[in-house]
Amino acid sequence: MTVTRRTKTASNRLQGRDGLHALLFLSPTLVIFTTFVIFPVFFSFYLSFHQWNMFSSQTSFVGLANYSRMLRDPEFWTVVKNTLVYTLGTVPLNMAISLLVAFMLNQKVFGKKFLRTAFFAPVIISPVAAAVIWRWMYDPNFGLVNYMLSFAGIRGPNWLNESHSAMFALILMAVWKTMGTNMVLFSAGLQGIPETYYEAAEIDGAGAWTKFWRITVPLLSPTTFFIMVMSLISSFQAFDVVYVLTSGGPLGSTKVLVFYLYEHAFKFFEMGYASAIAYFLFITLIILTLLQIKFMKSRV
Amino acid sequence: MKPTARTILHINKRTLFYLFIYGAALATLAPFIWMVLTSLKDLNEIFVYPPRWLPKTFHFENYARAFQAAPFGRYYLNSLVVAVAVTIGQLITCSMAAFAFARLRFRGRDALFLLFLGTMMIPGQVTMIPTFMVLHWIGWIDSYKALIVPGLASAFGTFLLRQFFMTIPRELEEAAYIDGCSKWRALWHIILPLSRPALATLAIFTFMGVFNDFMWALIVLSSEEMRTVQLGLAIFRDRYLTEWDLMMAGSVTATLPILVVFFFAQKYFIKGITLSGLKE
Repeated sequence: MTVTRRTKTASNRLQGRDGLHALLFLSPTLVIFTTFVIFPVFFSFYLSFHQWNMFSSQTSFVGLANYSRMLRDPEFWTVVKNTLVYTLGTVPLNMAISLLVAFMLNQKVFGKKFLRTAFFAPVIISPVAAAVIWRWMYDPNFGLVNYMLSFAGIRGPNWLNESHSAMFALILMAVWKTMGTNMVLFSAGLQGIPETYYEAAEIDGAGAWTKFWRITVPLLSPTTFFIMVMSLISSFQAFDVVYVLTSGGPLGSTKVLVFYLYEHAFKFFEMGYASAIAYFLFITLIILTLLQIKFMKSRV
Repeated sequence: MKPTARTILHINKRTLFYLFIYGAALATLAPFIWMVLTSLKDLNEIFVYPPRWLPKTFHFENYARAFQAAPFGRYYLNSLVVAVAVTIGQLITCSMAAFAFARLRFRGRDALFLLFLGTMMIPGQVTMIPTFMVLHWIGWIDSYKALIVPGLASAFGTFLLRQFFMTIPRELEEAAYIDGCSKWRALWHIILPLSRPALATLAIFTFMGVFNDFMWALIVLSSEEMRTVQLGLAIFRDRYLTEWDLMMAGSVTATLPILVVFFFAQKYFIKGITLSGLKE
């Protein structure tokens, strides 16, 4: 009794001082965020309606010219197409493999810890180092990939130097690099499915396949959808692996949206135009996120 | 004895399962193994067909040569300085902000917290150009500050720690407040010691993210002595296009610290990923 009263008075007494304390505790974060997040978000919106080469002191208002230039630039559409191909190539493949692996590891397996570490290892290494390794593996004459293919009697292409194979090579490497994250997320989702469902199904004589399609897939769908949206978002933002593996080439066949943005901002210094591209990306991602929220609401 | 179709059919399912999963794991690890083995080969051994896995003699001097061809030691130092500074900085700023959101009562708290969460959705590409310009105006381009200061706060970190702080019973601090303990001491002496797992998760994610960062380093750095390992390696790749022995030695160098950290702190990685669903 006395304890509750004392606690109450204590928290009452403190309430008045909280505002000042909050300001103090939040100030480092607020300063950094205002300077490097809040201000930039508005300023790049402002910039997207201006022309500015960064080195001159004046910006000139150009209205929607940056946006209309973007929509009229054939390269922009190639880049959008490449980004979509990259996304459609990586996301489903990535999800299928990572679900399969997570499903297989969600049972008694000898050496589970080793296996999980092995599948997760590519996630943690730097994209730059990963791309350097894969460039060597894709070497047409001495690379491991074509050597492996030769066992199947296939003569592999000059992967990174032919425009029809470079995107495929990029996708393959990206799946290898990012699969582990989704595996971990799927594993967490799988662990959330009560064992009793499977046991009941077994009593009814369900096989492994039926159990997978009738229990695992439906009960996992919130996780699956979450992973899908996260993967879509990150594949729209791909840059590092592209820069190091192919530099957007050959002939622009792997040039994706963020690479295009980078070129315009930091090679041609067209800050206004680059900001318009950034906002295009931003709006695309917002739409994706809103779709996710809507879907989750209708489900849960 | 050669296996026939019939004997293969008779191998039990469990064996097939193990063959498949270990085969897949080996295939995933193959690029790493290949990288390490290539880094120890003589250049003549690298350019052979069919490729040979093991080097005849181990050329450890490739590492010394890579460190001579480019100042990898310096790159390393730069990366470590930046990654450690950002990690420590974020642990401090995020735990302070998280404490305010989890424990203090002030007007507009929930709205501000929502705004915080909202900023996690902003892609880095949107803030990149103005951030670059701000740093340009202050004259911080091509310095440690350009790499460190913008990373000193994190919405993800604040969120992660706030969620953790919420699970700590308030009674612990309230008893201390009665004894005259300040908010600041409550955070340092009560909340933080109880939050070690969450702090470890945040520290590892931040360290890994900063150490592996490439794009921001590419944008803000220009001089050679400022280069981080990732940027150094990318530029090294452009310069020594065919010297795969050196390039692989460089790649091993750029990968090793993260692999070591990962090996010792695996469970925190897994926890961080499941908590956040965020990628690297």
